[in-house]
Order: sequence, then structure tokens, then C-alpha cells
Amino acid sequence: MGFLPFVFPLAELEVGQHLYWQIGNFRIHGQVFMTSWLLIGALLALVVIGTKKMERDPKGVQNLLEFLWDYIRDLARTQIGEKVYRDWMPFIGTLFLFIFVSNWGGALVPWKLIELPSGELGAPTADINTTVALALLVSLSYFYAGLSNKGLRYFEYYVHPTPIMLPFKIVEDFTKPLSLSFRLFGNILADELVVAVLVFLVPLVLPVPVMFLGLFTSAIQALIFATLAAYYIGEAVEEHH
Amino acid sequence: MPTLFLFGASEGGLFDFDATLPLMAVQVVLLTFILNALFFKPVGRVVEEREDYVNTSRAEAKKKIAEVERLETELKDQLKKARLEAQKVILEAEQDSENLYKEALALATSEANASREKARREIDSQRDEALNQLKSEADNLGDLIIERLLAKK
Repeated sequence: MGFLPFVFPLAELEVGQHLYWQIGNFRIHGQVFMTSWLLIGALLALVVIGTKKMERDPKGVQNLLEFLWDYIRDLARTQIGEKVYRDWMPFIGTLFLFIFVSNWGGALVPWKLIELPSGELGAPTADINTTVALALLVSLSYFYAGLSNKGLRYFEYYVHPTPIMLPFKIVEDFTKPLSLSFRLFGNILADELVVAVLVFLVPLVLPVPVMFLGLFTSAIQALIFATLAAYYIGEAVEEHH
Repeated sequence: MPTLFLFGASEGGLFDFDATLPLMAVQVVLLTFILNALFFKPVGRVVEEREDYVNTSRAEAKKKIAEVERLETELKDQLKKARLEAQKVILEAEQDSENLYKEALALATSEANASREKARREIDSQRDEALNQLKSEADNLGDLIIERLLAKK
């Protein structure tokens, strides 16, 4: 059931179609897991290769990993603060790496060459389930961060400057995961659609700059998601005086 | 499975929520733990060890530089002192030699004076003696002449 009624032999657009796997009573989107496992596998392979023989004078892949580590540490430290950023660095870093690898993997790997009985392979982050799962994890983690760091005093945050803020802050708890998930989902899906439509209309040259733009957006979206997640956690653990 | 937003039919669509969501969440949490063990901890350890190493090396280098500077000033002080002492020694030696020279000169002068005086006195006495002898001889001769003249008469 194509969302856009394109029927053309060169490039067929399939939006909203999924390869369903039945597990007991539950159904999951197979294409999302297939690509995510492949990309996670690649990420883990890179990590394993880079950390196999680490030295004080970094060589090869170790350089890249240390650069990433440093980048993630700076991100976590500036957003969360010196005191607790260490606890949250792996989570923020995993979000960043997973989203980045998913976005770029979706854009760079020629998945269309693999035929599926239904649906098509693509960025795992172009599926709303993935982005909502990530956004809900962020919500859970900032609640957990606030409660574990400040106990019940965490709820002072809701009435912080004045109690008038209470309804807005409660609404914020819903809008945060909503905006996080839809921003990522929308950007990645839109990028894939734009490229697909352009390839469908003008199969040569013209899609290339849009593809580069897509790579740029993909990287930015990963950064935005990770930064906002860190910012929300930082907001939750911040001490009000 | 409940599909919240439907595009077209009872299954599928862009907003098709199902068990993918919780499974993906579990997968990401697992990935967090795996990456923590394989990536964040080991790389963090290496990076922080290096930062420690650099910091301690820098602190040690600073300490060594301070030590070197301290030694340098100490040595300069010692050198200055030694130079001053040497100058003093030289000055003393010069003064000593001058004194010795003066003493020696004075001694020599006085000795020379004494010997000259002695010589003059000897000369004087010998001259007096000679004069006396001459006088007495002249007297004798005069007496003899007078005697002879008187005797002829």
C-alpha cells in the first residue's frame, strides 16, 4: 500500500510498507532489525579492531576512536556538567553513534540492491518505532538522572522559578520525546524520500548534491539528538539555588 | 497490534507502531552496555592514562626546570663569590709584594747607608792618620833641617 502512487520500473517508492516478522503474538519490522544489526555489527567491528591493541601513541583506528571518545566526552561534559557526566557519557555516546551509523548507513549503503518480499531496507532511524524508542529512553533516563541525583527534590524543577511554570513543565515532559522522535524520523525519512523522488524523476547527476546534503543532515541530526538528550539530562540533574 | 495512525489500511503505514519499538529500546540499551564495556571504558582509560602521564610529565619537567634554575642561581652566586675572593686574594698578594718590596728596599737602603757611613768614617780616620803621620814627619824633617843648619854654623 504505497503512500505515494508511484509505479515505475526504474525506481519504485515504497513508503509505509514493512517486512513483518511474527514472534509469538508480536509482529516486528524485519527490515529495521536487519539493517540495524548489520550497522551495529559494523560499529562493533570498528570498535573491536580499534581497541584490540591500544597504545599510548595511538595508531590507525585507535586515533578515530579516541577522537570520537573525546568528542562525546566534550558533548556530555558541556551539557550535563562536570559532576555526573561520566555516568551518562556511554548512553549519550551510544545514542550519537547508533543514530549516526544508522543515518549514514541508510544513506551510503546501496540497500535497494537487496530485494525484500515486502518493504525495503533503509536507515533504521527512518522508522518511527526506532526514533520513539530512542526518545522514550531519553525521557526515562532524564527522569532517572533527576531522581537518582536529587531524590524527590527533583520535582522542585517543575515549580522552579514560579509555580506558574508547573503546567508548562508537565507539557514539556510530553513534548520532549515527541519532538525528539519526530525530528529525527521526519528528517531521515524526508531525506530518503527526496533522494528517491529525485532519482525517480532525474536518474542522473541531480540527486548527487541532494545526497551530500542528506549526509550532512544525517550527521547533524545525530548530533542534535545526542546534544538534546544530554541537555535534558543536564537540566534534570542541575542544582537550583 | 494497535496502529495509532493509519495510512490507508489496517496494517502498514508510516506510523505503524508494534513490538519493534520495545525491542529496539532493549537493543539500544544492550548496545549501550556493550559499547560501555568495549569502547567507552577502555578508550577512556587509555585517554585518561595519557592525560595523567602528560600532566605528571609536565609537572616533573616544571619541577626539574625550577631545580635547574635554582642550581643555576646558586652556581652564579658561588661564581660571583669566588671571583670576589680571587680579586681579594690578588689584591692582598699585590699589597704583600709591595710591602715586601718596600721593606726590602728600606733594608737595602739602610744597609747601604750604613756601609757608606762606615766606609766614610774609615776613610776619614785613615786620612786623619795619614795627615798626622805626614805632620809628624814634616815636623821631624823641619827639626832635622833646623838642627843641620844650626850645626853647620
